Amino acid sequence: MYSCSDLKKGLKVMIDEEPHVIVGFDFTKPGKGQALYKCKLRNMITGSLFDRTYRSGENFKPAPLEERDMQYLYKDDTGFVFMDTKTYEQISISEETLADDKYFLVDNMEVKILMFGEQGIGITLPIFVNLRVTQSDPWVKGDTAAGNNKPATVETGYNLQVPSFVDEGVLIQIDTRTGAYVTRVKE
Amino acid sequence: MVDPNWGLTAKRQRLMRRAMILAEIRAFFVTNGFLEVETPQRIPANAPELYIDPIPSGNWALLTSPELCMKRLLAADYPLIFQLCHCWRNAERGSKHLPEFTLLEWYRAHSDYHQLMLDCEHLLTRLVPSGQLNYQGYLVDITPPFERITLEQAFSNYAPLSLDQVVEQNCFEEHYGQYVEPQLGRNKPTILYDFPTSMAALARIKPKEPQHAERFELYIAGLELANAFSELNDESEQRRRFDNDEQQRRSAGKQPYPLPEPFLRELTNMPESAGIALGIDRLVMLLTDAKTIDQVVAFTPEEL
Repeated sequence: MYSCSDLKKGLKVMIDEEPHVIVGFDFTKPGKGQALYKCKLRNMITGSLFDRTYRSGENFKPAPLEERDMQYLYKDDTGFVFMDTKTYEQISISEETLADDKYFLVDNMEVKILMFGEQGIGITLPIFVNLRVTQSDPWVKGDTAAGNNKPATVETGYNLQVPSFVDEGVLIQIDTRTGAYVTRVKE
Repeated sequence: MVDPNWGLTAKRQRLMRRAMILAEIRAFFVTNGFLEVETPQRIPANAPELYIDPIPSGNWALLTSPELCMKRLLAADYPLIFQLCHCWRNAERGSKHLPEFTLLEWYRAHSDYHQLMLDCEHLLTRLVPSGQLNYQGYLVDITPPFERITLEQAFSNYAPLSLDQVVEQNCFEEHYGQYVEPQLGRNKPTILYDFPTSMAALARIKPKEPQHAERFELYIAGLELANAFSELNDESEQRRRFDNDEQQRRSAGKQPYPLPEPFLRELTNMPESAGIALGIDRLVMLLTDAKTIDQVVAFTPEEL
Protein backbone atom coordinates (compact mmCIF):
# COMPACT_ATOMS: atom_id res chain seq x y z
CA MET A 1 0.00 0.00 0.00
CA TYR A 2 1.12 3.53 -0.72
CA SER A 3 0.28 6.48 1.54
CA CYS A 4 -0.10 10.09 0.42
CA SER A 5 3.56 10.83 1.11
CA ASP A 6 4.54 8.23 -1.52
CA LEU A 7 2.59 10.02 -4.26
CA LYS A 8 4.75 11.46 -7.03
CA LYS A 9 4.84 11.85 -10.79
CA GLY A 10 5.03 8.51 -12.57
CA LEU A 11 3.62 6.40 -9.71
CA LYS A 12 1.02 3.87 -10.84
CA VAL A 13 -1.86 3.28 -8.45
CA MET A 14 -5.29 1.68 -8.41
CA ILE A 15 -8.20 4.12 -8.29
CA ASP A 16 -11.81 2.95 -8.62
CA GLU A 17 -10.49 -0.54 -9.49
CA GLU A 18 -8.54 0.69 -12.52
CA PRO A 19 -4.84 1.43 -12.98
CA HIS A 20 -3.89 5.11 -13.10
CA VAL A 21 -0.60 6.88 -13.55
CA ILE A 22 0.13 10.19 -11.79
CA VAL A 23 1.13 12.67 -14.50
CA GLY A 24 1.10 15.81 -12.34
CA PHE A 25 1.58 16.23 -8.60
CA ASP A 26 1.76 18.99 -6.01
CA PHE A 27 1.85 19.13 -2.24
CA THR A 28 0.00 22.03 -0.59
CA LYS A 29 -0.85 23.02 2.95
CA PRO A 30 -3.51 25.73 2.74
CA GLY A 31 -3.68 27.89 5.85
CA LYS A 32 -1.13 25.70 7.68
CA GLY A 33 -3.83 23.06 8.10
CA GLN A 34 -3.93 19.52 6.81
CA ALA A 35 -1.75 18.68 3.85
CA LEU A 36 -3.52 18.29 0.52
CA TYR A 37 -2.03 16.20 -2.27
CA LYS A 38 -3.14 17.43 -5.69
CA CYS A 39 -2.83 14.85 -8.43
CA LYS A 40 -3.39 14.91 -12.16
CA LEU A 41 -4.19 11.32 -13.06
CA ARG A 42 -4.39 9.42 -16.31
CA ASN A 43 -6.52 6.32 -16.53
CA MET A 44 -4.18 3.78 -18.11
CA ILE A 45 -7.02 1.91 -19.81
CA THR A 46 -9.16 4.73 -21.18
CA GLY A 47 -6.44 7.39 -21.30
CA SER A 48 -8.77 9.97 -19.72
CA LEU A 49 -7.13 12.75 -17.67
CA PHE A 50 -8.59 14.24 -14.48
CA ASP A 51 -7.61 16.08 -11.29
CA ARG A 52 -8.13 14.74 -7.81
CA THR A 53 -7.05 16.01 -4.40
CA TYR A 54 -6.29 13.70 -1.50
CA ARG A 55 -5.82 14.29 2.22
CA SER A 56 -3.16 12.61 4.29
CA GLY A 57 -4.42 9.36 5.75
CA GLU A 58 -5.64 7.96 2.43
CA ASN A 59 -4.05 4.81 1.07
CA PHE A 60 -3.49 3.53 -2.44
CA LYS A 61 -2.98 0.05 -3.83
CA PRO A 62 -0.12 -0.26 -6.30
CA ALA A 63 -1.44 -1.03 -9.78
CA PRO A 64 -0.68 -4.71 -10.54
CA LEU A 65 1.03 -4.23 -13.88
CA GLU A 66 3.42 -6.55 -15.66
CA GLU A 67 5.44 -6.10 -18.83
CA ARG A 68 5.64 -9.15 -21.10
CA ASP A 69 7.75 -9.84 -24.20
CA MET A 70 5.47 -10.48 -27.17
CA GLN A 71 5.54 -10.78 -30.92
CA TYR A 72 3.07 -9.04 -33.23
CA LEU A 73 1.20 -11.61 -35.38
CA TYR A 74 -1.66 -10.08 -37.36
CA LYS A 75 -4.73 -7.86 -37.27
CA ASP A 76 -8.26 -9.31 -37.19
CA ASP A 77 -11.79 -8.24 -36.17
CA THR A 78 -10.87 -8.27 -32.47
CA GLY A 79 -7.91 -5.95 -32.97
CA PHE A 80 -4.16 -6.49 -33.10
CA VAL A 81 -3.04 -9.97 -32.06
CA PHE A 82 0.19 -10.58 -30.14
CA MET A 83 1.82 -13.78 -28.87
CA ASP A 84 3.76 -14.16 -25.63
CA THR A 85 7.21 -15.37 -26.72
CA LYS A 86 7.59 -17.55 -23.60
CA THR A 87 4.12 -19.05 -23.07
CA TYR A 88 2.85 -18.76 -26.70
CA GLU A 89 -0.38 -17.39 -25.23
CA GLN A 90 -2.15 -14.98 -27.60
CA ILE A 91 -3.89 -11.73 -26.71
CA SER A 92 -5.66 -9.07 -28.70
CA ILE A 93 -5.39 -5.32 -28.20
CA SER A 94 -7.90 -2.84 -29.58
CA GLU A 95 -7.09 -0.13 -32.09
CA GLU A 96 -8.06 2.62 -29.61
CA THR A 97 -5.61 1.34 -27.00
CA LEU A 98 -2.73 1.28 -29.45
CA ALA A 99 -3.59 4.70 -30.89
CA ASP A 100 -0.80 5.88 -33.24
CA ASP A 101 1.47 2.99 -32.25
CA LYS A 102 -0.63 0.79 -34.55
CA TYR A 103 1.05 2.44 -37.54
CA PHE A 104 4.47 1.15 -36.51
CA LEU A 105 3.63 -2.55 -36.17
CA VAL A 106 5.34 -4.88 -38.62
CA ASP A 107 4.66 -8.65 -38.79
CA ASN A 108 6.75 -10.62 -36.27
CA MET A 109 7.99 -7.42 -34.57
CA GLU A 110 9.13 -8.00 -30.97
CA VAL A 111 7.47 -5.60 -28.53
CA LYS A 112 6.80 -5.27 -24.82
CA ILE A 113 3.15 -5.35 -23.78
CA LEU A 114 1.99 -3.78 -20.50
CA MET A 115 -0.51 -6.16 -18.93
CA PHE A 116 -3.17 -5.32 -16.33
CA GLY A 117 -4.31 -8.80 -15.34
CA GLU A 118 -5.19 -10.49 -18.65
CA GLN A 119 -5.71 -7.18 -20.42
CA GLY A 120 -3.04 -5.60 -22.62
CA ILE A 121 -3.17 -1.84 -21.93
CA GLY A 122 0.03 -0.48 -23.44
CA ILE A 123 2.86 -1.22 -25.79
CA THR A 124 6.56 -0.39 -25.97
CA LEU A 125 7.84 -0.52 -29.53
CA PRO A 126 11.41 -0.79 -30.77
CA ILE A 127 12.77 2.76 -31.09
CA PHE A 128 13.21 2.47 -34.87
CA VAL A 129 11.02 0.78 -37.44
CA ASN A 130 11.56 0.44 -41.20
CA LEU A 131 8.50 1.07 -43.41
CA ARG A 132 8.10 1.39 -47.19
CA VAL A 133 6.79 4.61 -48.74
CA THR A 134 3.63 3.74 -50.71
CA GLN A 135 2.63 7.19 -51.82
CA SER A 136 4.49 10.47 -52.19
CA ASP A 137 4.18 13.04 -54.93
CA PRO A 138 7.41 14.21 -56.52
CA TRP A 139 8.73 17.43 -55.03
CA VAL A 140 7.93 20.50 -57.12
CA LYS A 141 11.06 22.53 -57.57
CA GLY A 142 10.62 26.01 -56.18
CA ASP A 143 8.01 25.00 -53.60
CA THR A 144 9.76 26.49 -50.61
CA ALA A 145 6.68 26.83 -48.43
CA ALA A 146 7.34 23.51 -46.73
CA GLY A 147 11.11 23.85 -46.76
CA ASN A 148 12.69 20.82 -48.37
CA ASN A 149 10.05 18.42 -47.02
CA LYS A 150 6.98 16.88 -48.62
CA PRO A 151 4.16 14.65 -47.35
CA ALA A 152 4.36 10.87 -47.70
CA THR A 153 2.31 7.81 -46.76
CA VAL A 154 3.87 4.50 -45.69
CA GLU A 155 2.57 0.92 -46.03
CA THR A 156 0.71 1.01 -42.67
CA GLY A 157 -1.27 4.12 -43.69
CA TYR A 158 0.80 6.51 -41.57
CA ASN A 159 1.39 10.01 -42.94
CA LEU A 160 4.56 11.97 -42.26
CA GLN A 161 6.94 14.57 -43.72
CA VAL A 162 9.96 13.26 -45.62
CA PRO A 163 12.84 15.01 -47.42
CA SER A 164 12.20 15.89 -51.06
CA PHE A 165 14.56 13.16 -52.35
CA VAL A 166 12.52 10.28 -50.88
CA ASP A 167 10.56 8.56 -53.66
CA GLU A 168 7.71 6.07 -53.67
CA GLY A 169 8.83 2.49 -53.00
CA VAL A 170 11.80 3.54 -50.86
CA LEU A 171 12.30 1.95 -47.42
CA ILE A 172 12.67 4.56 -44.65
CA GLN A 173 13.44 4.45 -40.95
CA ILE A 174 10.99 6.14 -38.53
CA ASP A 175 11.55 7.01 -34.85
CA THR A 176 8.54 5.44 -33.09
CA ARG A 177 8.81 7.82 -30.10
CA THR A 178 8.27 10.93 -32.21
CA GLY A 179 6.84 9.46 -35.41
CA ALA A 180 9.45 11.41 -37.39
CA TYR A 181 11.54 10.40 -40.44
CA VAL A 182 15.11 9.39 -39.58
CA THR A 183 16.86 8.15 -42.72
CA ARG A 184 16.61 6.16 -45.95
CA VAL A 185 17.42 2.46 -45.55
CA LYS A 186 19.83 0.86 -48.02
CA GLU A 187 18.57 -2.48 -49.36
CA MET B 1 35.86 15.44 -17.98
CA VAL B 2 32.33 15.32 -16.58
CA ASP B 3 29.59 17.45 -18.14
CA PRO B 4 29.09 20.72 -16.24
CA ASN B 5 25.97 20.94 -14.07
CA TRP B 6 24.11 23.28 -16.45
CA GLY B 7 21.00 23.32 -14.23
CA LEU B 8 23.06 24.84 -11.45
CA THR B 9 24.71 27.30 -13.82
CA ALA B 10 21.29 28.44 -14.99
CA LYS B 11 20.36 29.33 -11.39
CA ARG B 12 23.19 31.84 -11.04
CA GLN B 13 21.07 35.01 -11.45
CA ARG B 14 18.53 33.88 -8.89
CA LEU B 15 21.15 32.67 -6.39
CA MET B 16 22.95 36.02 -6.65
CA ARG B 17 19.67 37.85 -6.08
CA ARG B 18 18.96 35.56 -3.14
CA ALA B 19 22.23 36.55 -1.47
CA MET B 20 21.40 40.24 -1.99
CA ILE B 21 17.93 39.76 -0.49
CA LEU B 22 19.41 38.12 2.61
CA ALA B 23 21.87 40.99 3.01
CA GLU B 24 19.05 43.55 2.62
CA ILE B 25 16.95 41.76 5.25
CA ARG B 26 19.83 41.77 7.74
CA ALA B 27 20.44 45.47 7.08
CA PHE B 28 16.73 46.24 7.54
CA PHE B 29 16.54 44.60 10.96
CA VAL B 30 19.84 45.90 12.24
CA THR B 31 18.82 49.44 11.21
CA ASN B 32 15.60 48.99 13.15
CA GLY B 33 17.40 48.00 16.34
CA PHE B 34 16.95 44.22 16.14
CA LEU B 35 19.55 41.78 17.39
CA GLU B 36 20.40 38.86 15.11
CA VAL B 37 20.42 35.64 17.13
CA GLU B 38 21.25 32.01 16.42
CA THR B 39 19.63 29.19 18.38
CA PRO B 40 20.24 25.42 18.15
CA GLN B 41 18.81 23.70 15.09
CA ARG B 42 18.68 20.31 16.78
CA ILE B 43 16.48 20.31 19.88
CA PRO B 44 14.87 17.83 22.31
CA ALA B 45 11.33 18.88 21.40
CA ASN B 46 9.50 21.16 18.99
CA ALA B 47 6.10 22.64 19.81
CA PRO B 48 3.64 19.79 19.18
CA GLU B 49 1.56 20.62 16.13
CA LEU B 50 -1.00 18.32 14.61
CA TYR B 51 -0.05 19.09 11.01
CA ILE B 52 3.71 19.49 11.26
CA ASP B 53 5.95 16.45 11.56
CA PRO B 54 9.51 16.99 12.76
CA ILE B 55 12.44 15.02 11.35
CA PRO B 56 14.09 12.98 14.13
CA SER B 57 17.81 13.44 14.73
CA GLY B 58 19.05 10.83 17.17
CA ASN B 59 16.76 11.05 20.20
CA TRP B 60 16.10 14.70 19.42
CA ALA B 61 14.62 16.43 16.40
CA LEU B 62 15.54 19.04 13.82
CA LEU B 63 13.85 22.43 14.19
CA THR B 64 10.45 22.88 12.60
CA SER B 65 10.69 26.57 13.62
CA PRO B 66 13.04 28.42 16.00
CA GLU B 67 10.14 29.96 17.94
CA LEU B 68 10.59 28.19 21.28
CA CYS B 69 14.15 29.37 21.80
CA MET B 70 13.30 32.82 20.40
CA LYS B 71 10.57 33.19 23.02
CA ARG B 72 12.95 32.12 25.78
CA LEU B 73 15.16 35.00 24.65
CA LEU B 74 12.16 37.37 24.84
CA ALA B 75 11.48 36.09 28.35
CA ALA B 76 15.09 36.91 29.28
CA ASP B 77 14.59 40.51 28.13
CA TYR B 78 15.92 40.47 24.58
CA PRO B 79 13.07 42.63 23.25
CA LEU B 80 13.87 42.88 19.50
CA ILE B 81 15.33 39.77 17.89
CA PHE B 82 15.49 38.13 14.49
CA GLN B 83 16.91 34.92 13.11
CA LEU B 84 17.56 33.51 9.65
CA CYS B 85 17.85 29.74 9.79
CA HIS B 86 17.07 26.45 8.13
CA CYS B 87 14.03 24.48 9.35
CA TRP B 88 12.89 20.97 8.59
CA ARG B 89 9.39 19.56 8.17
CA ASN B 90 9.02 15.93 7.26
CA ALA B 91 7.46 14.91 3.94
CA GLU B 92 6.60 18.46 2.85
CA ARG B 93 7.58 18.56 -0.81
CA GLY B 94 5.75 20.39 -3.56
CA SER B 95 6.18 23.26 -5.98
CA LYS B 96 6.20 25.66 -2.99
CA HIS B 97 7.53 23.33 -0.29
CA LEU B 98 10.90 21.86 0.59
CA PRO B 99 11.43 19.59 3.60
CA GLU B 100 14.48 21.76 4.41
CA PHE B 101 13.80 25.43 3.90
CA THR B 102 14.96 28.84 5.09
CA LEU B 103 12.88 30.79 7.56
CA LEU B 104 13.13 34.36 8.81
CA GLU B 105 11.57 34.92 12.23
CA TRP B 106 11.39 38.19 14.11
CA TYR B 107 9.91 39.03 17.49
CA ARG B 108 8.93 42.22 19.25
CA ALA B 109 8.37 42.44 23.00
CA HIS B 110 5.72 44.87 24.31
CA SER B 111 3.94 44.72 21.00
CA ASP B 112 1.17 42.94 19.13
CA TYR B 113 0.40 41.71 15.61
CA HIS B 114 -0.59 45.17 14.35
CA GLN B 115 3.03 46.28 14.65
CA LEU B 116 4.15 43.20 12.67
CA MET B 117 1.78 44.15 9.86
CA LEU B 118 3.60 47.50 9.67
CA ASP B 119 6.97 45.69 9.76
CA CYS B 120 5.88 43.63 6.73
CA GLU B 121 4.98 46.80 4.86
CA HIS B 122 8.31 48.43 5.68
CA LEU B 123 10.38 45.34 4.86
CA LEU B 124 8.70 44.78 1.49
CA THR B 125 9.03 48.48 0.66
CA ARG B 126 12.76 48.21 1.25
CA LEU B 127 13.05 45.02 -0.84
CA VAL B 128 10.97 46.42 -3.72
CA PRO B 129 12.08 50.07 -4.07
CA SER B 130 10.14 50.47 -7.35
CA GLY B 131 6.91 49.72 -5.45
CA GLN B 132 5.79 47.33 -8.15
CA LEU B 133 6.23 43.60 -8.56
CA ASN B 134 5.51 41.31 -11.48
CA TYR B 135 4.95 37.74 -10.37
CA GLN B 136 3.77 35.07 -12.82
CA GLY B 137 1.71 37.58 -14.76
CA TYR B 138 0.29 39.41 -11.73
CA LEU B 139 1.24 43.05 -11.40
CA VAL B 140 1.21 43.81 -7.68
CA ASP B 141 1.42 47.28 -6.14
CA ILE B 142 3.70 46.92 -3.10
CA THR B 143 3.26 50.42 -1.67
CA PRO B 144 1.71 50.58 1.84
CA PRO B 145 -0.88 50.25 3.18
CA PHE B 146 -1.43 46.59 2.28
CA GLU B 147 -4.97 45.22 2.04
CA ARG B 148 -6.23 44.01 5.44
CA ILE B 149 -9.08 41.52 5.46
CA THR B 150 -10.34 39.02 8.04
CA LEU B 151 -10.40 35.31 7.24
CA GLU B 152 -14.18 35.35 7.67
CA GLN B 153 -14.53 38.20 5.18
CA ALA B 154 -12.23 36.45 2.68
CA PHE B 155 -14.48 33.38 2.73
CA SER B 156 -17.59 35.45 2.26
CA ASN B 157 -15.93 37.34 -0.62
CA TYR B 158 -14.42 34.43 -2.51
CA ALA B 159 -15.80 31.04 -1.42
CA PRO B 160 -19.23 29.44 -1.95
CA LEU B 161 -19.44 28.48 1.75
CA SER B 162 -18.81 30.58 4.85
CA LEU B 163 -15.87 30.00 7.19
CA ASP B 164 -18.23 28.52 9.82
CA GLN B 165 -19.67 26.13 7.25
CA VAL B 166 -16.32 24.82 5.97
CA VAL B 167 -15.06 24.31 9.53
CA GLU B 168 -18.25 22.45 10.41
CA GLN B 169 -18.09 20.32 7.23
CA ASN B 170 -14.38 19.59 7.72
CA CYS B 171 -13.36 20.98 4.34
CA PHE B 172 -11.52 24.16 5.37
CA GLU B 173 -8.28 23.32 3.55
CA GLU B 174 -10.00 22.33 0.29
CA HIS B 175 -12.07 25.52 0.08
CA TYR B 176 -9.31 27.78 1.36
CA GLY B 177 -6.86 26.34 -1.18
CA GLN B 178 -9.30 26.35 -4.10
CA TYR B 179 -11.27 29.57 -3.67
CA VAL B 180 -9.57 31.89 -1.21
CA GLU B 181 -5.78 31.60 -1.57
CA PRO B 182 -5.59 32.26 -5.34
CA GLN B 183 -7.46 35.57 -4.83
CA LEU B 184 -5.16 36.92 -2.12
CA GLY B 185 -2.57 39.61 -2.81
CA ARG B 186 -3.35 39.95 -6.50
CA ASN B 187 -3.38 43.74 -6.79
CA LYS B 188 -1.90 44.65 -3.42
CA PRO B 189 -0.35 42.39 -0.78
CA THR B 190 -3.07 40.98 1.49
CA ILE B 191 -2.87 40.68 5.24
CA LEU B 192 -5.39 38.01 6.17
CA TYR B 193 -6.13 38.25 9.90
CA ASP B 194 -8.11 36.81 12.82
CA PHE B 195 -8.21 33.03 12.55
CA PRO B 196 -10.46 30.72 14.61
CA THR B 197 -8.75 29.88 17.90
CA SER B 198 -8.52 26.25 16.83
CA MET B 199 -6.14 27.31 14.02
CA ALA B 200 -3.55 29.10 16.12
CA ALA B 201 -1.72 26.89 18.61
CA LEU B 202 0.61 29.56 19.93
CA ALA B 203 -1.41 32.74 19.44
CA ARG B 204 -3.15 34.96 21.94
CA ILE B 205 -6.94 35.03 21.98
CA LYS B 206 -8.33 38.35 20.85
CA PRO B 207 -9.59 40.37 23.81
CA LYS B 208 -13.43 40.59 23.67
CA GLU B 209 -13.55 38.12 20.75
CA PRO B 210 -12.89 34.71 22.31
CA GLN B 211 -13.63 32.89 19.03
CA HIS B 212 -10.65 34.59 17.29
CA ALA B 213 -6.92 34.36 17.74
CA GLU B 214 -4.61 37.25 16.87
CA ARG B 215 -2.96 35.62 13.90
CA PHE B 216 -2.34 36.89 10.38
CA GLU B 217 -0.91 35.60 7.15
CA LEU B 218 0.73 37.71 4.45
CA TYR B 219 -0.04 36.89 0.82
CA ILE B 220 1.40 38.37 -2.34
CA ALA B 221 0.19 37.19 -5.77
CA GLY B 222 -1.51 34.16 -4.22
CA LEU B 223 1.73 33.10 -2.54
CA GLU B 224 1.66 32.61 1.23
CA LEU B 225 4.72 34.38 2.58
CA ALA B 226 4.41 34.81 6.34
CA ASN B 227 2.46 33.75 9.40
CA ALA B 228 2.29 35.94 12.51
CA PHE B 229 0.86 35.90 16.03
CA SER B 230 0.36 38.05 19.03
CA GLU B 231 2.08 35.47 21.17
CA LEU B 232 0.36 33.57 23.93
CA ASN B 233 2.26 34.05 27.21
CA ASP B 234 -0.06 32.19 29.57
CA GLU B 235 1.81 29.07 30.65
CA SER B 236 -1.20 27.04 31.79
CA GLU B 237 -3.19 27.84 28.63
CA GLN B 238 -0.17 26.99 26.46
CA ARG B 239 0.26 23.68 28.31
CA ARG B 240 -3.41 22.89 27.86
CA ARG B 241 -3.15 23.51 24.09
CA PHE B 242 0.02 21.45 23.78
CA ASP B 243 -1.60 18.57 25.71
CA ASN B 244 -4.61 18.78 23.42
CA ASP B 245 -2.50 18.81 20.23
CA GLU B 246 -0.33 16.02 21.55
CA GLN B 247 -3.41 13.93 22.32
CA GLN B 248 -4.71 14.50 18.77
CA ARG B 249 -1.29 13.60 17.33
CA ARG B 250 -1.36 10.32 19.23
CA SER B 251 -4.89 9.42 18.27
CA ALA B 252 -3.92 10.11 14.63
CA GLY B 253 -1.27 7.41 15.08
CA LYS B 254 1.66 9.84 15.07
CA GLN B 255 4.80 9.45 17.12
CA PRO B 256 4.43 10.69 20.72
CA TYR B 257 6.37 13.82 21.43
CA PRO B 258 7.84 15.19 24.69
CA LEU B 259 6.64 18.63 25.85
CA PRO B 260 9.19 21.49 25.72
CA GLU B 261 9.30 21.97 29.50
CA PRO B 262 11.95 24.72 29.79
CA PHE B 263 9.98 26.80 27.29
CA LEU B 264 6.74 26.31 29.21
CA ARG B 265 8.46 27.17 32.50
CA GLU B 266 9.94 30.42 31.21
CA LEU B 267 6.88 31.50 29.22
CA THR B 268 5.50 33.18 32.36
CA ASN B 269 8.39 35.66 32.16
CA MET B 270 7.69 36.55 28.53
CA PRO B 271 6.20 40.04 28.15
CA GLU B 272 3.32 40.71 25.75
CA SER B 273 5.01 39.95 22.43
CA ALA B 274 4.43 39.38 18.77
CA GLY B 275 6.32 37.12 16.39
CA ILE B 276 6.31 36.23 12.73
CA ALA B 277 7.83 33.61 10.44
CA LEU B 278 8.50 34.48 6.81
CA GLY B 279 9.54 31.90 4.21
CA ILE B 280 12.72 33.13 2.54
CA ASP B 281 12.54 30.70 -0.38
CA ARG B 282 9.03 31.93 -1.25
CA LEU B 283 10.15 35.55 -0.89
CA VAL B 284 12.97 34.89 -3.36
CA MET B 285 10.50 33.15 -5.69
CA LEU B 286 8.35 36.27 -5.60
CA LEU B 287 11.20 38.72 -6.15
CA THR B 288 12.75 36.69 -8.98
CA ASP B 289 9.45 35.66 -10.61
CA ALA B 290 10.20 31.96 -10.09
CA LYS B 291 7.36 29.51 -10.63
CA THR B 292 8.72 26.81 -8.33
CA ILE B 293 10.78 26.72 -5.15
CA ASP B 294 13.29 24.46 -6.94
CA GLN B 295 14.45 27.46 -8.98
CA VAL B 296 15.61 29.49 -5.96
CA VAL B 297 17.73 26.96 -4.07
CA ALA B 298 21.08 25.62 -5.27
CA PHE B 299 20.08 22.01 -4.59
CA THR B 300 16.76 20.26 -4.04
CA PRO B 301 16.70 17.01 -2.00
CA GLU B 302 16.24 15.06 -5.24
CA GLU B 303 19.52 16.43 -6.61
CA LEU B 304 21.66 15.27 -3.66
